[in-house]
Amino acid sequence: MLLIQCPYCAVERPELEFRYGGEAHIARPESPSELTDEQWADFLYMRSNPKGVMAERWRHVHGCGRFFNALRDTVSDRFLAVYKAGEPRPDIEAPEPTAPNKETGR
Amino acid sequence: MTRFSFWELARKALNAHQDWGDQWRKPEPKPAYDVIIIGAGGHGLATAYYLAKEHGVTNVAVLEKGWLGGGNTGRNTTIVRSNYLWEESEALYDHAMDLWQDLSQELNYNVMYSARGVMMLAHTVHDIQVFKRHVHANRLAGVQNEWLSAEEAKAFCPPLNIGKNIRYPVLGAALQRKGGVARHDAVAWGYARGADQYGVDIIQNCAVTGIRRNADGSVAGVETSRGFIGAKKVGVVAAGHTSTVMDMAGVRMPLESNPLQALVSEPVKPCFPCVVMSNTVHAYVSQSDKGELVIGAGTDQYVSYSQTGGLQITTHTVDAICELFPMFRRMRMLRNWGGIVDVTPDRSPIIGKTPVPGLFVNCGWGTGGFKATPGSGHVFAHTIARDDPHPINAPFTLDRFRTGRLIDEAAAAAVAH
Repeated sequence: MLLIQCPYCAVERPELEFRYGGEAHIARPESPSELTDEQWADFLYMRSNPKGVMAERWRHVHGCGRFFNALRDTVSDRFLAVYKAGEPRPDIEAPEPTAPNKETGR
Repeated sequence: MTRFSFWELARKALNAHQDWGDQWRKPEPKPAYDVIIIGAGGHGLATAYYLAKEHGVTNVAVLEKGWLGGGNTGRNTTIVRSNYLWEESEALYDHAMDLWQDLSQELNYNVMYSARGVMMLAHTVHDIQVFKRHVHANRLAGVQNEWLSAEEAKAFCPPLNIGKNIRYPVLGAALQRKGGVARHDAVAWGYARGADQYGVDIIQNCAVTGIRRNADGSVAGVETSRGFIGAKKVGVVAAGHTSTVMDMAGVRMPLESNPLQALVSEPVKPCFPCVVMSNTVHAYVSQSDKGELVIGAGTDQYVSYSQTGGLQITTHTVDAICELFPMFRRMRMLRNWGGIVDVTPDRSPIIGKTPVPGLFVNCGWGTGGFKATPGSGHVFAHTIARDDPHPINAPFTLDRFRTGRLIDEAAAAAVAH
């Protein structure tokens, strides 16, 4: 199970308190009626699904209830950073691969 | 290549089975091929086999970054069934079901297909409505599926606890008698051996690192860890890594890769007659021919390529199994593992052409691709050979996410996600 730091509560909690929110920084279209079908498909369905550093949303459903963003390495499941919603994505590269602890992913 | 038969078995027995030989070659890659398949799992090898056998395309290479059948083909829970809801899916999965029936004879390789019945349990009024809808839809389409009361379910699978005093009592079940299990490794090995006999090169330990394109945008070949290999057509069958491979050609995919876990128990004598799955409480169990209980757990909620998942997911599944089958409560689990599955928004696969000429993709099988292996390879081979989809996979385009003609099978997928 992952241990996740909530940037609002500033505490580390087990994954059970959180709900995943998918890829971060996908902005809702400003003027939806002007979008083509391709742009809609891209907004609704296409995902970068990276093998490496991923910016993703989490929601602390059984805590403060707020959405926040995180950078996580999808190969090791290690969290690299957590940041509040609305803040820009931190500029962090993936660390050198080391064997993660299988239980915590850290 | 030796053809397996009783006579051959008896003859080799005289020599203590020392001279069976390799079942496929270990060829060096040629400079160019007509078709390159990326990924030597069940689907990729089946594609190569049917390309050679049905379409006469034998100048084919199957590239595999690890060893053949070492990804999700070797990690799944080996269930075969075809009780999906929509006509498009019924046609696709039942096509595979038809091929399963005599696959061992076709490949001259025992894939150990055992039609022991797949029973899906209903625990709520909503489950009953959904499963009955599936049963009726399936029967209209000529797909085998039937409704059982709780007592009939108990008669079909005696270890089942249908008591009223459990958290989610069993209210009934949908049963597909033709469903069952097959030996996952044998499917990969059988197709590999069959494809190799037609001259297909299966090149293991050869990771694709790039897709080279011609000036007109069409595919020129693939860059690999063993150098450039030219190809007129490239088929990507890379399961959880499809997004990564397609990104090399600049194509974005509607996929998310999640870990899906499974586990097996210590082996015991035959005690479990069928496959039982329950979406609501997430139990998913059968018994292998070796005697181990084979248990499918759920997906983790986050994107990951780690081939491992949270222990709470497996705990949840084991809890449900202990409640439904009290006789397993003291059983010990031997191993658990994870595979990376590529999940589409509508839980249906993508099989067909891509915006890049000469590049084809077969992906998005999510948590349930093993059952479709023969059918998937069969229609994908047709698509690559003819440059045009087979009528069965025509609806499963990448373009459906633009047109909105989705094939929503979230309820038929046995793994909640």
